[in-house]
Amino acid sequence: MHIYANPARFLRIAKWLTPLLLVSGLVLTGSALLWGFTQVPPDRLMGDTVRILFVHVPAAWLGMGGWTAIAVASLVELVWRHPLAAIAARATAVPGAVFAAICLATGSIWGRPTWGTWWVWDGRLTSMLVLLFLYFGYIALSSSLAREGQASRIAAIFGLVGAINVPIINRSVVWWNSLHQPPSITIGQSSIDPVFLWPLLAATIGFSLLFGGVVLARMRTILADIQAEARLRRKAQKADMNADLQSDGATA
Amino acid sequence: MTTGLKPKHQRLALLVVALLALIGATLLAVYALRDQASYFYVPADVAANPPEPGQAIRLGGMVETGSITTQADGVTVQFIVEDGEARVPVSYTGILPDLFVEGSGVVADGRMDANGTFVADNLLAKHDENYMPRELEGMTTAEMREEMQDTVSGSSQ
Repeated sequence: MHIYANPARFLRIAKWLTPLLLVSGLVLTGSALLWGFTQVPPDRLMGDTVRILFVHVPAAWLGMGGWTAIAVASLVELVWRHPLAAIAARATAVPGAVFAAICLATGSIWGRPTWGTWWVWDGRLTSMLVLLFLYFGYIALSSSLAREGQASRIAAIFGLVGAINVPIINRSVVWWNSLHQPPSITIGQSSIDPVFLWPLLAATIGFSLLFGGVVLARMRTILADIQAEARLRRKAQKADMNADLQSDGATA
Repeated sequence: MTTGLKPKHQRLALLVVALLALIGATLLAVYALRDQASYFYVPADVAANPPEPGQAIRLGGMVETGSITTQADGVTVQFIVEDGEARVPVSYTGILPDLFVEGSGVVADGRMDANGTFVADNLLAKHDENYMPRELEGMTTAEMREEMQDTVSGSSQ
């Protein structure tokens, strides 16, 4: 694990991995959605509304997966103090929040024709909304800490504590009666017909590749920012020193 | 080196203890919330703890097959919600959601009247976890497999 904690080595790998993930993610997501929107037959009850599944499910998975990644990075940061872990957590927060928001929006659009309502306060919907608000809190906290140049340890603790919501979202439809249906895909079996399942899996992998690419790109940006700031600071110090020397010369 | 623990192992141990405490607290909270956080009551709950007539509750369950009847006014429907243990008659006046069919799930907002009928002001259709195309509905698994094989071999020709 220490091998990847070296920023220089990370940047060398990320340089070619970022475009690879972004391009393959775009191609796979594009073809999966094209397949799902045009080639798949309508559902027996929902009709064409079922197609929103191909965006909603990957978005839900990445919204929850994003926070899981933040939690793992936070743990690594707190215990092993890896320099890249905090940056990885910060870079994951915005795409994670975007996917959580997409999940809520598409779910709401699906819910109107299917259930007959845009929104209900059941366990699944409420805990997913809480996740979106946790993302907002995390983004505000980590970016303000980064601006102040303070240690990101507080953000890491927030990331770990917030992770408790992820299994709650996952189990909410099992523990409590909810309007949202119970899980369709459990380990080893699926109650989704293969006609829908394959494009769904392709879209999920495609969106995940895109997510990875965006996170790497954001990590590179944050590292570049840190480098540029350090360089500016050195320059400013040098200028200060020169000014001091000059003013010393003037008074002498 | 009297403690024999590296600082990073100390931090790891501390974090594991803190996380275990957090998970324990959450599980306790979830356990305490298990009734309150449910979105609706099932007919068995209504049978075990009959709510006061007029008290607003949410009732959820399956629409019993063959139980939907439409009144003479054309907009009032009566049906039975069951969960395999108990049955509750429901009456509703208004537009039905598209997915409201016999044998599927429903969640109704409303109140019990004095005769033990649940009067709903709002109906939500509950979708189950099954997704399948229209052509395959009502087929057995073997028939489905045959149909799919036909489709696949047909398209490759």
